[in-house]
Parts: sequence; C-alpha cells; structure tokens
Amino acid sequence: MESTTAPVKPQFSPAAQAEIARLFTHYPAERRKSALLPLLHIAQAEFGGWVSPEVQDLVAETIGILPIEVYEVSSFYTMFNLKPVGKHVLEICRTGPCMLRGSDELTAQLERITGAKVGGTSPDGLFTLKEVECLAACGTAPIVQVREKYYEQLDTPEAVDAMLNELRNLVHRPLLPWEETGLAHSQQ
Amino acid sequence: MGRKLLTEHINVPGIDTFEVYRKHGGYRSVEKALKTMTPDEVVEEVKKSGLRGRGGAGFPTGMKWSFLAKPEGVPRHLVCNADESEPGTFKDRHLMSKLPHLLIEGMITSSYALGANTSYIYIRGELLYVLRILEKAIAEAYANGFLGKNILGSGYDLDLHVHPGGGAYICGEETALLESLEGKRGNPRNKPPFPAVQGLYARPTVVNNVESIAAVVPIVNDGGEEYAKLGVGKSTGTKLISACGHLNKPGIYEIELGVPVEEFIYSDEYCGGIWKGRDLKAVVAGGSSVPILPKELILKTAAGENRLMTYESLSDGGFVTGTMLGSGGFIAMDETTCIVRNTWSFSRFYHHESCGQCSPCREGTGWLEKVLHRLEHGHGHMHDIDLLVSVAKQIEGNTICPLGEAAAWPVAAAVRHFRHEFEWHVTNPAEATRPGAYYSSKAAVAV
Repeated sequence: MESTTAPVKPQFSPAAQAEIARLFTHYPAERRKSALLPLLHIAQAEFGGWVSPEVQDLVAETIGILPIEVYEVSSFYTMFNLKPVGKHVLEICRTGPCMLRGSDELTAQLERITGAKVGGTSPDGLFTLKEVECLAACGTAPIVQVREKYYEQLDTPEAVDAMLNELRNLVHRPLLPWEETGLAHSQQ
Repeated sequence: MGRKLLTEHINVPGIDTFEVYRKHGGYRSVEKALKTMTPDEVVEEVKKSGLRGRGGAGFPTGMKWSFLAKPEGVPRHLVCNADESEPGTFKDRHLMSKLPHLLIEGMITSSYALGANTSYIYIRGELLYVLRILEKAIAEAYANGFLGKNILGSGYDLDLHVHPGGGAYICGEETALLESLEGKRGNPRNKPPFPAVQGLYARPTVVNNVESIAAVVPIVNDGGEEYAKLGVGKSTGTKLISACGHLNKPGIYEIELGVPVEEFIYSDEYCGGIWKGRDLKAVVAGGSSVPILPKELILKTAAGENRLMTYESLSDGGFVTGTMLGSGGFIAMDETTCIVRNTWSFSRFYHHESCGQCSPCREGTGWLEKVLHRLEHGHGHMHDIDLLVSVAKQIEGNTICPLGEAAAWPVAAAVRHFRHEFEWHVTNPAEATRPGAYYSSKAAVAV
C-alpha cells in the first residue's frame, strides 16, 4: 500500500472465473446479484484475505451491479475484511458458551504468544487476531476459526501451540475456497 | 435408550458417501414419495407427524407447508435454513458434515411435496468447509439420478444449490435470510407478506431448518403416525440437543422428546453430570435467547413436577418460572459461573448482531450491553438493575423481527432469577471484579 502509483486493476484467476461461471448458473439470469456473497468469499481468498475497494469494484463489474451494492453488503457481514490482514486470520469465538470454557484466557494467550492485539496483526505479519461471535461449535469450546478450518478444544497450551505451529508451517499461499486443504477441517 | 431417527447411522464409516448412505436405507423416502405418493399426501404425512420447526420457533412444519401459495405459472422455492448461529446450538453443523445425504434426501422429498423445482440450502458463511461436503454429496446425488431432470423417471425435476452467508446471526431470521440470498444486507422484511406468499424473488417460499427437513425422511419412510408415537403430547418425535458449557460430556444428543431434564444432565447416557464434580447453578435450555433458569427451576417446575425435555414442560410456568425448548442449545453453568458476566456476553452478542433497522433494537441492545458492562466491571448503580428490566421491556414487541425479544429475554430472566448477583456486583465492586470471582449463595463471596 506504500506505492503512490495507481494500483493495477485486479483480475480473477482462470480457476476463479470458472467457479464464478458455475455459481451464476445457480440463480435466475435476472437475479445474478444473488451470487454476491459467494463471489466476495472467492475474492477475499484470491486477493490476500481482504477485499479492497478495487476488488469490490471488480466483484460489482463481474456481476453487473453498482459498486455501492457491493460496499453496503461487504460492510454488513463480519466475514469480509475491509483492511489488509496478516497471513492467517485467527477468528476467536468470544460468545457465552466459549466464554464458559475459557475463551477469555485463550484470547489473552494468543495475544501474548503472537504479539498481536485483538483487531491487529502480529509484528511478523503472520497472525491477525479477530474476535467473532458464536461459530456453532460450542460442544468443543473454546474454538478458533482460520479460513475454512475449525480448531477446537483450545483449552490447553499444547493445543494452542499445535495450532500455531501448524499455521506457521503452512508455507504456501492461503488456499482458495474450492481447493482441498488436506487438513482435517474439524474434530467433530 | 431412546430411538434415533436421524443419527442412527452417523458413525458408520463412509456414511457421507452416496454409496454407503444408500446401503443403509438412504433415499428410500424419495423413492416412496415420487413413485407412490402425491405431493399433497407427503404434506399430509408431515402434518400427521406433529413435527414442529426445529430451528427454535417450534411452529408446526406441516401447517407452514400448507400456507404456501400456489399461483399458476409462478415458481415456488424451498430454502433450507442452515444459518445455525444461535449461541449454544451446533446440531445442524454436525448433522450436515456427518450426514450430508440425509439433508439432501430431505430436501428432495420436501421440495417434491411443495412443488419446488429449484431449492437452496443457505449455510452460514463460517461453515464453508461444510458447504464443500454438501456440494460433493449433491454432485453424487445428481450422478445417481436423485437430482436433476426427471428424477427416478417420475417426471419431477429438481435443482439443489448451496449458498454461503457472510457472517450475520440475523440471517437466521427467515426474511433476512431471503434478503441475503438475493445478495443484499440481511435486514428482516416487514410481514405480511409472509414468505409463503412472497419469499425468494417475491415467489412463494418455504424456509425450514436443517433438522426439520431431515426429519421429513423418517416421517415419509415410516408414516406420520409412527413418528407421532414418539415423544410426549404435542412434542412428537426426536430432537437433536446441542449440550455445552460445564458438562462432563458436551456434544450432540438425539433424544426422544420427553426425557427428564435431570436424566439428560446427570445420566451417563447423556451429559454425564457437571464437570469437575461441581454443582449446577443454571441452565439456558434452548439457545442463548431463551430465559435462563436456576438449577431448582430447570430440574422441577414451580409446581414441583419433573421438568421434561419437551416444548410444553420447559415452557411450564411461562416466563415467570419457565423457559423454552427453542433450538435445543442446552448451556449448563456450574456454581462458579458469574451470571452477570454471562448475561453481559450474551448482550454484547445481540448488540453486535442487531441489523440496526429498528431503533428499539439498535439502541436498546447497545444500552443493555453498556449497562451490563458497567455492572460487571464494578461501576454499576443499584438503579441500573431496574434500568435493564425497563430497557428490555421497551425492546420487546417493538421490532420487525424477533431479535429484539431474543436480546431482551435473557436479560430480563437473569435479573428475575439472579437479582442478588447483580446487587452483589453493585455493593461489592472490588470483590466482583477480581478475575475469576463469582457469587455463591452458600458464601456471600467466593473466589
């Protein structure tokens, strides 16, 4: 973001374009706007874990709607990051059932280990911490979601270390939504 | 051991594949319905079953189906509400990820009953990994002739798609869900018109919870009357309970409605008692929006009868001494739980999730959170306690959708049953704000 030259207009990769074409077939032709949330998920995965105004404009253009129709939606739903994020966004559930099983302690622990504060990114750029509301995994609380994976029962230092180490060792780029991660998604 | 209608085969290896699911009797309801029944006959069986919406409201599913308008030449839709977001509830995630074909089978049979040719599963965006599981299973169903054109040679066509949300509790409200499915912000619609008349794309639409649609499978297979034999009174069949909080064995339990609450909490067949050998303090029995009850009132009604896991028994006593079965999100709290802190957490949730279009909810949830925050953090006044009750009352009934009530009820109930804890926070701020502090009726202060 330091560059002062005009940003290069983003483009979807061929794989993403194919996925988008498939999604458009799910809705009536005159109701293509229905594909907005799925497209925002694809865009966020393609362009570094957040949706910049330029990326949102691309989504609008792809669907054939006004940019404002994208902005008002992306700002309503909590999953879309409107600012740059670290390599891994740790979404920590803070709601009642997780709180009962130690989510406050988990958040404090993650802040201490990563050096990031909730809402911010660690100095090494690896981890962004984000508090979220109920992720529907209360039976295995406390939990953290990282992209498409749920890390559950994070109530011991060992479990937290295992999660962070797994993420640190993921050297490749964040996976696109339709790609197999090869990681178990959930313990349940 | 109660009968399991939905989860009997959930632990069979490979049950998430078409082949194994089919080997265990899968897709029989589709064959039966499409080959031997008219759509109205399927609706009739669901009515006879007494099935009540499993998402939380408990409205009779068959009756909801019968409200669907059927204007000539206008497509109709079935939309599955898989936006499971009610704190304490995690049954649908479990069911969909383990038994994707059960939901798909239920969607086909139900869509046939309603005359829908394009149906959607709206799944919360956080569950993208479950969306992949469902999409894989849907592809298998297409490949085996259970989706697409002319299913099983019956002349009935159905396309089924999964659609992700973007992280918004409010989209569990059916009209907000439809707005979201149309690519908009999740603002609930004014009703009427109800979705049965003007739903998705202004077409007649039924929105049903995942578990309700899954229950249609055993109802069609065995008949509505057989289903209704299970359970007690108007609480028929089985229900998935998401048990969480301070239990020895949190998890998903499919129970026959009518199990005593005490047995559900303490028996080894279910939750195995309270963790760490502690005593139970309170339970939120049906997801975070239902009234919290202290131990005495969750185990027995005010009249001293055993409380049962049914719609009627849990609501016995109204909101004065009762609660609701709701979504079946069963949150148990041990004796060391701070009720004020827990209530504050729930209020923060509802404030965060209010869509903001009705001022009583937008402003009221903010006030509830703010007042609870200052009580919990030692800055509260005695009159704040009545202020909470007053704000809750002013939200209730004054909003387009039930999020207002969902935010108001837990606060009103917490004050109703645990006023002494709120007062203790005001009179003993230093003790109350110590990390790990909680109020116990046995000792005035305990840490």
